[in-house]
Order: sequence, then structure tokens, then C-alpha cells
Amino acid sequence: MKEAHTETLWFCLVAIMIAGYAVLDGFDLGAGIVHLFVARSDAERRSVLASVGPVWDGNEVWLVAGGGVLFFAFPPVYASGFQGFYLPLIIVLWLLILRGIAIEFRNKVSSLVWSPFWDVVFAGASAMLAIFFGAAIGNVVRGVPLDRSGFFFLPLWANLRLMPAAGILDWFTIIVALGSLAALTVHGALWVAMKTAGAVAARARKAADAAWWAVLVITVLLVIIVPLVQPHLGHRFADAPWGFVFPLAAAAGMFGMKLLNGAGRATGAFLASCLYIVGMLTSAAFGLYPYLLPSSTDTAAGLTVYNSAAATYGLTVGLYWFIPGMALVMIYFVFVYRRMV
Amino acid sequence: MDALTVHRLHFAFTAVFHYLFPQLTMGLALLLVILKTQALRTGKECYNHAARFWGRIFGINFVMGVVTGIPMEFQFGTNWALFSRASGGVIGQTLAMEGVFSFFLESSFLGAFLFGEKRLGPRLHWLSAFLVFLGAWLSGFFIIATNAWMQHPVGYQLLPDGRFALTSFWALLLNQWAWWQYMHTMTASVVTASVVMAALGAFYLLTRQHLEYGRMFVAMGVTAGLIASCLMVFPTGDAQGRNIAYNQPVTLAAMEGLFTDERGAPLMLVGQPNMSEKKLDNPIYLPRVLSFLTFRRWKAEVKGLDAFPQDNWPDNIPLLYFAYHIMAGLGTIFVAVLALAAYMLWRGRLYDTPLMLWALMLLAPFPYIATTAGWMTAEVGRQPWLVFGLMRTAVGSSVEVSAGNAMFTLIGFAGMYSMLAVLFLFLLYLEVQRGPEAAADEHGAAGGSGSALAAD
Repeated sequence: MKEAHTETLWFCLVAIMIAGYAVLDGFDLGAGIVHLFVARSDAERRSVLASVGPVWDGNEVWLVAGGGVLFFAFPPVYASGFQGFYLPLIIVLWLLILRGIAIEFRNKVSSLVWSPFWDVVFAGASAMLAIFFGAAIGNVVRGVPLDRSGFFFLPLWANLRLMPAAGILDWFTIIVALGSLAALTVHGALWVAMKTAGAVAARARKAADAAWWAVLVITVLLVIIVPLVQPHLGHRFADAPWGFVFPLAAAAGMFGMKLLNGAGRATGAFLASCLYIVGMLTSAAFGLYPYLLPSSTDTAAGLTVYNSAAATYGLTVGLYWFIPGMALVMIYFVFVYRRMV
Repeated sequence: MDALTVHRLHFAFTAVFHYLFPQLTMGLALLLVILKTQALRTGKECYNHAARFWGRIFGINFVMGVVTGIPMEFQFGTNWALFSRASGGVIGQTLAMEGVFSFFLESSFLGAFLFGEKRLGPRLHWLSAFLVFLGAWLSGFFIIATNAWMQHPVGYQLLPDGRFALTSFWALLLNQWAWWQYMHTMTASVVTASVVMAALGAFYLLTRQHLEYGRMFVAMGVTAGLIASCLMVFPTGDAQGRNIAYNQPVTLAAMEGLFTDERGAPLMLVGQPNMSEKKLDNPIYLPRVLSFLTFRRWKAEVKGLDAFPQDNWPDNIPLLYFAYHIMAGLGTIFVAVLALAAYMLWRGRLYDTPLMLWALMLLAPFPYIATTAGWMTAEVGRQPWLVFGLMRTAVGSSVEVSAGNAMFTLIGFAGMYSMLAVLFLFLLYLEVQRGPEAAADEHGAAGGSGSALAAD
């Protein structure tokens, strides 16, 4: 197999974009999940929305830009994955639409039916998105029935058993989906705890504390079952033990958020939750490498950095604009997060 | 309906609906910068009020543009997988650049512009308006560069596995098709925003409310609209037409309804393409004008459809012909109406001439129709190709997605977008009712009650 440094670098950049999306949009999704529980009165709900109002859209751009980077660096993965996950992706789009207008339009009309309606839409769409994104990660880790044509198509569900062509939802991807729901609940609750005061912050701390136990149980469960479902992960970690820094970071983040939240240190707990999410996603990315989309039916048909990267010239020239471009993005984000929220 | 047709309708529907919003926000971003500049220069608070009011309209349109725009990127993969696999190495470049260079910029500073006026002070607030404008216009460029590559592919190489590889980054960005199409599109979006601004001003004057702002909006809308609509015709529209004549001659023949090869070809003003007899019914035309416009010589030869094999003809010539004529006809009407309004403005008679104010008010929907028809000209005109001359539309769609699945999501989008349209019009109506003097948006007020202002 040829050396593929530029391709590997773009693999890492795609992983970073996805992790960036998960951490950033993750907290506003999580704020949506806990919205109905931690904020009861209209003023309280406005304070939760105000904590994500100026940033949710910028956070969502990480998804769009991440998708663009995947499209440009690994076109066959983009084509195959988006076509194969057709129905869940379109449902994700509908949920993103509903959620975006719920956040932006909720405060436009002052009425006893208008804002409660959009509050429920915001919460419901946020929770469903957390579930769908988790299921998506589960599907990528498990692998999909790719054949030599490089394409596949999965129905939403067939039966819940783990089979080569089971559908998007089987028992494994449901566990990952619930893990994502739990992790983003904690993440969002910690964000709200950090950004609000009084009763809302107190309820958010309690919510994070309670949901943390679900994170713990599902994380332990995943450590046990992932190597069974996707043996490639086990081999990767055995071949390159330095990769254990990623799961160790996730573990540190997981216990860190519990301890710091218990100690009333909201910012520290939120950062620990960021570390947990990044650790989990980088563990998955490290474990899957060189696969971007493994095949569950024919190992050789999996899409890897070797067989699906764009031509070298394009990838190289891309680095010249991507790195300064993302440096600028960091400047905007520092400005927005320091001045606006 | 076969799967390919559903995929085409799917993209056409979501693209047409999406573009109703960015065309306003791109143009309005420029007008907002002008308003904020006036506020800084003159120190008059009315310009800040106007900027806040149009900022709220901008915000509603921006949200609609964002939520309907994300599906556009996804659909490249979901509905056009074979096209994406083949061309992602080239157009993925410009699409990813749009995300990195414009969406981040726009979304970061729009929040600052809408909710940060007090916190930022006048100069930084002007800067945030400018950065939103920059982001919006960069975004337009990257999308046009993407489309331009499909219209006029450059800087690529076809690999043995059927994929396109980029060979020249600068050829992709400096594609001459992209630059003319970009300027044509951007001047058109300034026309949309200007006409909407003038129309609302005319509405306020006719209904005798917010008179000071009504006059400001009419004056600014008419002035900016006249400049932009003239630029839209010449040089940008003219150059874009010549681009088509040189690079897609078959498209030009179909747009113009020119069935036979002619020296001194006429410009058809009216007529209906008769596809079975291959001629134009009831034509009204200007003799030799098409030859002159295209090649700057009255007797130049313009190739008719008969000069090309029929399987390379655009597959819906009547639709293309009408789309083009509606666009060009409306463009001409905009120049005429706005020139007359500008003349009356100059003579100081515009605000007291109800007939002209009525005309301006009723003009509001037509730029939307013209830009939609313009995009239909570009996209229907490119058929039967997805990438002109290189990849047929018929081989680009997602083969694994059945017609039934695609229909399910098309119906879902139709329902979702109908709801969005109702909401959008309702919220726009509320803003127009509240008027320019109303206090800042409640979203901003909510920001104030949150932790952020408390911490200040």
C-alpha cells in the first residue's frame, strides 16, 4: 500500500471538523434537549435561548463546512455515504430546518400559544438530532453493506438484529444513539449551567449530574461491544498502542465533568465534557483509520483514504487555503464567544 | 415518474425556493453597509433606525436562507451521488471554500450586527455590517464558481476511473464564465433588494405612515436599483450572453428560438416555440439584432438548432425559451420603470405622484420572478449535460435511491417549505406593521436579560 501522507492529513482534518461540530453544535443541541426541563417560565426559557441565540448558526456551519471538506477530499465517501443514508439524512435536514426556525422565530411573537409551541419543537428536534447523529456514527463504525460498485442503500430499519444489511437502526446503532443523546444532554446542561444563573443553572447542574450516569453506563458498554462489532478497531489499537491517548482523554473528560460539576465549577465541567466528546470521536476515527466507511459485507470494498481520496494536486492546493481559512475562523470564534455570549 | 425525473424536480424545487432568500440578503447586505456608512458620516440617528429595521428583515430572510441552504449541499450527495463522486475533486474545492471563507464569516458577524450594536459601538458595528456583506458576496462567488465549472469546465483532467481531478486551482477560480455570471447575479440581487426597499417605501408613503422612512427607502431603492439594473443589462448580461454564444452555441439557439442557421439573425421579442414544426409561432422580431448583439456585426452568422445533433439540444426548449424571455423582458422593464422613477425623484415630484408609487410598490415580486427565470435559463440551458460536454444529467443521479424514496422526500420538502413560506410572510408582515421606529428585536432584548449583558 502506497504512502499517503496528504490523504491521511485530510482524514485528520475531516475528523477535526466533525469533532468541532460535535462539541460546538453539541452544546446548543444539548441546551435544546434540557430546555423544557431546566427552564420553566418564559423569562427562564428566554435566558436559555439567549445563551445559544448568537452562536447556534455559526456552530452549524461546522457541519456544512465539514460536509464540504469531506466532499472535496473524499468524493466517493461523500457520494456513497449520503446516498446510502438517504432517508435519515433528509430527516436530519427537516429537523435542522425546524430547529433553526424554532430558535429564531420563538421570540418574534408574544403569545401563550406561539412560544410554547416553538419550545417543544426546539426540544424535540434537538433530541431527535442527537439520536440521529449518534446512529450515524454507529453505522459508520459498524460498517455498511458496500459492494465493489462503491455504493449501498440502507432502509431506516429492517429488524433490530445486527446483520450485514440490517438497516440504519439495529441494537448496536441504537446504543450509540442513546449514548449520543446522553452525552449531549450532559454537554448542553453544563453549557446552560455555565451561561445562566439562579434556578435555571441549579436545575441544569442537577440534570447534568443525573444524565452523567447514563453516559457512564453506555460508555462502558461501548468499550466492551465496539471491538466485537468492528474487529478492525481492536487491531488498530493493538498495532498502534499510542492511540490509547484518545480513549484515555475521553475517560478523563468523563470523570472530570462529574467531579468538576459536583464541585460547582461549571466552566471546568463544560470543558471536561468537550474533552469527553472529542476523545470519543477521535477514538472512533483512530480506530477506523484508514477506513472512512468500512464495508460490513466485503472488507476489501470498504472506502479508505487510499481508494477514495481526491487527486493529490487538489488535496495539496486545498491545504494552502484551508489552514489560513480555519485560522481566520478561530479569530471570529474568539471574537464572538468573548463579545457576544 | 422515473427516478431521474424526481431527482431533477427535487433539486429544482429546493433550489428555486432557497434562492428566494439569498438574493434579497446579498443585495440587502450592500444596502445595509450604505445605511451604516451614512449613519457614521452624517451622525443622523434615522439611518441607524433604518439599518435596524432592514437588519430585522435581513435576519428573517437569512434564517430562511440558512435552513433551506443546508439541504442544497446535502443533495449533491443524497440525490446526485454519481455526479458527486465524479466531480467532487473539483467542485468540492469551491463548496468547501464557501463554508470556510464565507459561512463562518457571515454567521459570526450577523449575530454581532443584529444584537451587538450597543456593545460594539458605531465603528465596530459598521465593521460587522461590512463583514456580513463580505461573507454574503464571497458565498455568492464560490457558488457561482461551482456552477460555472458545470457550465464551462476548466482546469480539470479526466481520470481513468471516470472521476475529474483538479489540475489548476486558478483556472477554477478565474473561469471567465464565473466572473461574468457572478457580476450578473450580484447586480440582480442588488436589484431585488433595491426594488423591495423602494416598494416598501412606496407602501409607507401611499398608506401615509412612517413618511420620513418611506421617502428614504424610495430614494435609496430607486437610485441603487437603477444603477444595478443598468449594470445587469450592460455589461454583465451582454457579456454573459456572449459567453453562452461562444461556449454553448446550442443553448443560445434554443434560448433565442432560432431553429435555423442564419446570417443576420433576428432578435425574437415574442413568439412560441413550435417543436413539432421546428419553428417559432407568431414571431415579432428585430431583424439582424441578434447577430449584432452576439458578434458585433449585423450580418454575422448565428448557428441555429439545426446546426447541432438533436440529442445535444436542451431537453425542454419551450421552458428555456420562455425563462430567458421572461428574464430579459423583466430586466428591460426594471430599467424603464426605475429610470422614470429616478427622473421624477431628481425633479422632486416622485413622493407626490401616487401612480408612480403604485408602480414601484407593485414591482416588488418581479425581481424574484426575473432571477428565478434567469437561473432556469442557466440550468435548463445546460441540459442535457450536468457538466457541459462531459457528463450527461441522465448518468449523474443517485441510482440506489428509488423513485419512491425520492418522491417521499420531495413531498416532505414541499410540505415543509409551504409551512416556511406561510411563516415567512406572516413574520414579514409583522415587521412591516411595526415599522422602522420600533425598538430593537425581542431576540436582542432576550440577549439583554441573559447572562451576557448582566456580565457587562
